Amino acid sequence: MAEAGHSAGGYIAHHLQHLTVCRQDGAWVWNECHGNFWALNVDSMFFSVVLGISFLWLFGRIARKATSGVPGRMQSVVETVIEFVDKSVGDTFSHPPRSSVIAPLALTLFVWIFLMNAMDLIPVDWLPWAANQAGVKHLRVVPTADVNVTFAMGISVFILTIYYSIRMKGGLGFTRELTLTPFHHWAAVPFNFALEGVALVAKPVSLSLRLFGNLYAGELIFMLIALLGVWQLPLHFGWAVFHLLIVLLQAFIFMMLTIVYLAQAHEAH
Amino acid sequence: MDFNLTLIGQTVAMIVFVWFCMKFIWPPLMAAIEKRRREIADGIAAGERGQKELAEARSGAEQILQEARHKAVQVVDIAHRRSNELIGEAKQVAVTEGERLVTAARAEAGNETLRARDGLRRELAALVVAGTGRLLGREVDARTHAALLDELAAEIGRQAPGHG
Repeated sequence: MAEAGHSAGGYIAHHLQHLTVCRQDGAWVWNECHGNFWALNVDSMFFSVVLGISFLWLFGRIARKATSGVPGRMQSVVETVIEFVDKSVGDTFSHPPRSSVIAPLALTLFVWIFLMNAMDLIPVDWLPWAANQAGVKHLRVVPTADVNVTFAMGISVFILTIYYSIRMKGGLGFTRELTLTPFHHWAAVPFNFALEGVALVAKPVSLSLRLFGNLYAGELIFMLIALLGVWQLPLHFGWAVFHLLIVLLQAFIFMMLTIVYLAQAHEAH
Repeated sequence: MDFNLTLIGQTVAMIVFVWFCMKFIWPPLMAAIEKRRREIADGIAAGERGQKELAEARSGAEQILQEARHKAVQVVDIAHRRSNELIGEAKQVAVTEGERLVTAARAEAGNETLRARDGLRRELAALVVAGTGRLLGREVDARTHAALLDELAAEIGRQAPGHG
């Protein structure tokens, strides 16, 4: 359903444009903010916050009425998710004393990322078209296909990793880990540090880029399929089924790697 | 893919969401799950305990039944023996009593016979005296001939058993 008068390239480029707002020369400017760090992707913020709040609302509603007796259907679903996350965290953390933040963090990341990924299953043109009718020129509905969103989560996890490393091993222990492994010799300190530094920084970068790349590519393929006219129907269906797997898998991988990184931070070598 | 303020906005949103989840969602749900798990574990333990008790009670009942059967057999045995004894005793008593009755009857019959014989003897003696008087033509004074009459009676009595 490419809009008339647009080339395929134009259609794709138009769909990959965030709804951004920034302040320029004392006035609010929409969609003209390239290279300005102080711009905000309103669409990503809007959808991620709405989805996050729906997650909290749904789970909070169940949690408030949670009964240890026979659970309702919705409570069973929520409990299944919670037990799955709890088991993942429990299996990964070999040493029981762990921060009470980790399991709720994993749960929030899992469900939130899952919901954001699932936005990809809404046909690519629906929401942007509706927004266009309302006068909004650009709209991207999959927040996890925005590099800012995935990096925000990746960097938060990275900061938590460093925080727990220092808290569990002490500043000295963490420094020793960075400088005296894998080669326990003073002469190898620079080499060790370079190696461990890369390994450390690679964690949040790979975490963020993996999620972003998968969802961005998925979205792009939906757009390409949407260009095919009537042939898009079977293709769209096929890709949507396949994407269903990616939606769930990427949410799970992000959660699992977060848990693993934090578990590594808890473990003394 | 420009980095911009969204990065910070998202971080803030994420911190708020995680905090909310940690504060209001995770603890009550985990508490409910743990409580239910404990209750189910207790229920299963209670069920197992009940089953064990049932099995014990069953074996106890079986034992009691066995004992009762054994006792019943014993009681029936004793009853049989006792009844046999009683029957035996009763037979003995009946036989003795019968014999006693027969003896008594025989004795009575003998006495009666003797008495009848005695009477007959006396009557015969009287008849003999009367007949003799009539033959002699005069009355035989019973008093005067008492000794004679008695002797006569004795004589008849001595001969009578011989004649039957």
